[in-house]
Amino acid sequence: MIVFLIKRLANAALVMLVVALMAFMIFRFVGDPVELMVNEQTTQAERDALRSRLGLDQPVMVQYARFVLNAMQGDFGISYRNQQSVMALIAERFPATMELVLLATLISLVVGVPLGVITAIHRGRWFSESLQFLSIIGVSLPSFVIGILLILVFAVSLGWLPAFGRGEVVQLGWWSTGLLTHSGRMAIILPAVALSFYQITLVMRLVRAEMLEVLRSDFVKFARARGVPARLIHYRHALRNCLMPVVTMTAMNIGALIAFALVTETVFQWPGMGLLFIQAVTFADIPVMAAYLVIVSFIFVALNTIVDIAYAIIDPRLRDANG
Amino acid sequence: MNTKKTDARAAPASSQSEPGWLARLRQSDLWYSFMRHRSAQVAAVVLTLLIVTAMIAPWITPQNPFNPAELELWNAELPPIWDERGQWPFILGTDNQGRDILSAILYGSRISVIIGVATVALSLVIGISLGLVAGYFGGWIDNVLMRLGDVLLSVPTILIAILVSAIARTMLPVGLREIGAGAVLVLAITLSAWVQYARTVRAQTSVERRKEYVQAARLLKVPSRRIMLNHILPNTMTPILVAATLNFGMAILTEATLSFLGIGMPPSQPSLGTLIRFGNQYLFSGMWWMVIFPVLQLSLLVVSVNVLGDWLRDALNPKLR
Repeated sequence: MIVFLIKRLANAALVMLVVALMAFMIFRFVGDPVELMVNEQTTQAERDALRSRLGLDQPVMVQYARFVLNAMQGDFGISYRNQQSVMALIAERFPATMELVLLATLISLVVGVPLGVITAIHRGRWFSESLQFLSIIGVSLPSFVIGILLILVFAVSLGWLPAFGRGEVVQLGWWSTGLLTHSGRMAIILPAVALSFYQITLVMRLVRAEMLEVLRSDFVKFARARGVPARLIHYRHALRNCLMPVVTMTAMNIGALIAFALVTETVFQWPGMGLLFIQAVTFADIPVMAAYLVIVSFIFVALNTIVDIAYAIIDPRLRDANG
Repeated sequence: MNTKKTDARAAPASSQSEPGWLARLRQSDLWYSFMRHRSAQVAAVVLTLLIVTAMIAPWITPQNPFNPAELELWNAELPPIWDERGQWPFILGTDNQGRDILSAILYGSRISVIIGVATVALSLVIGISLGLVAGYFGGWIDNVLMRLGDVLLSVPTILIAILVSAIARTMLPVGLREIGAGAVLVLAITLSAWVQYARTVRAQTSVERRKEYVQAARLLKVPSRRIMLNHILPNTMTPILVAATLNFGMAILTEATLSFLGIGMPPSQPSLGTLIRFGNQYLFSGMWWMVIFPVLQLSLLVVSVNVLGDWLRDALNPKLR
């Protein structure tokens, strides 16, 4: 077990080092930072002084090591665009994105699991087949299209919900939440639904596939033979056996949802990390781009590693096979 | 599992000529399955129609929507033809510069489809060759390539694509940015798309290379490259075909997303994503036709590709027969 743990953590650390290398390369690709900071009048001596103060005269490996060490302490430098600490900028936006992602995850489970069960139980019936077909459409529609359609219907035509922004927020320590005010709750509905759409279809298809598998198994047949009511078989015995992969996928997909939230955030002008990142991309604000890449990848990799380790604790067979 | 079946069929097909391919197609299980799936047929017809109209767009559209000389401002902001203010020949209305929406959509689909095809082709070539090499030789090459794939898949795909196209745009000289935009997008999406093919081909190859026919070919001193391409590759094609179909849809979606975010195709040669980005800016002005029709076209395109891919996956899956 300890060997597996070490291997898995080393693997995650390796991935993060490569991601950090990618982030570090962005700086090197996109021109000389000294040239971006000085003007025509700066003398060569001043440039050299600046260069050595920034540590740019040292070997590349040393610079990379320092970048990694700083990043581990949460120091990603200063934003080129608004001269603030990158970490502070991201920390300010982080709660907005997390609230959106967690709510979308919740919606996808609450809607997706029952739909999956229903389509599995009633396989072949017309409503089950049309739900299955609708799920292909759900997978095919890009999230920005869903966002635009939702805005068009619920904000422009019906005028029920706000189309952009986050409403009023309440500060709880460093965490800002929109869930405690009426306008904040109204504002999160459309973006969360738009973001959850794809996830709903994934959950639904997974639950359906698992349910079909479980319903064929001997213990279900036995329960049927014993005369256990169908509702009890489906929702108590069969569904429980399907939930493990659903939980896994949901946990792993939170990382992907954070990344995908940047599209939703752009559509709804939601003030989260993703919107910050897209603005950084348009203004070539490299430190913000690099920090976002490292942070989102870190969340992604950390979740995957935790899920893998949790699996190994639950199911000992995986320890040797996946080592 | 499904290799047994294709083995028997693929081996004689490559060595000697069989009765015409059309006759063979009509006897195949795939054709039988296709004839029984109404949704697959509809999807195939819709997809063919969309692709053909996109490809011949310059010859069937009333105007070239991206030639400023053909745009007239007094035709601006016209609603679709069934509205009483609508005007012939602007069937789906015009945008704020007098550009025909239908023409713009057909031109835009052309760009989207070309980028989708190019991405799939490039990732197929890269993925298949790296997968064959990794699976056939094994050892450290295998390790390095698959680890590289692991790392690429540990970062969300969309993030890689955005970063690559953002960096490429700042690096390219200004004059090349617009012309090179399509190529940059293809590269950006390919960078994470090849991994899936490489993994599939590698897994299959490392099974196949232990089989007798490969051993026999090796004993006969057939060059490795020929064993890989002529003997092993045909046996890995079934899962690749499914992956390629679904990936085509994915590539179109990713391209549209990037263009929508403003880091894809430039306004001078807009794809469907760019058109939706324009339309989105006029969402509150009541010109709903500027955004709805590109959205419909994009959805129709991707839905029909995915329906076909879904059917193909089930039809080629021996477990479900």
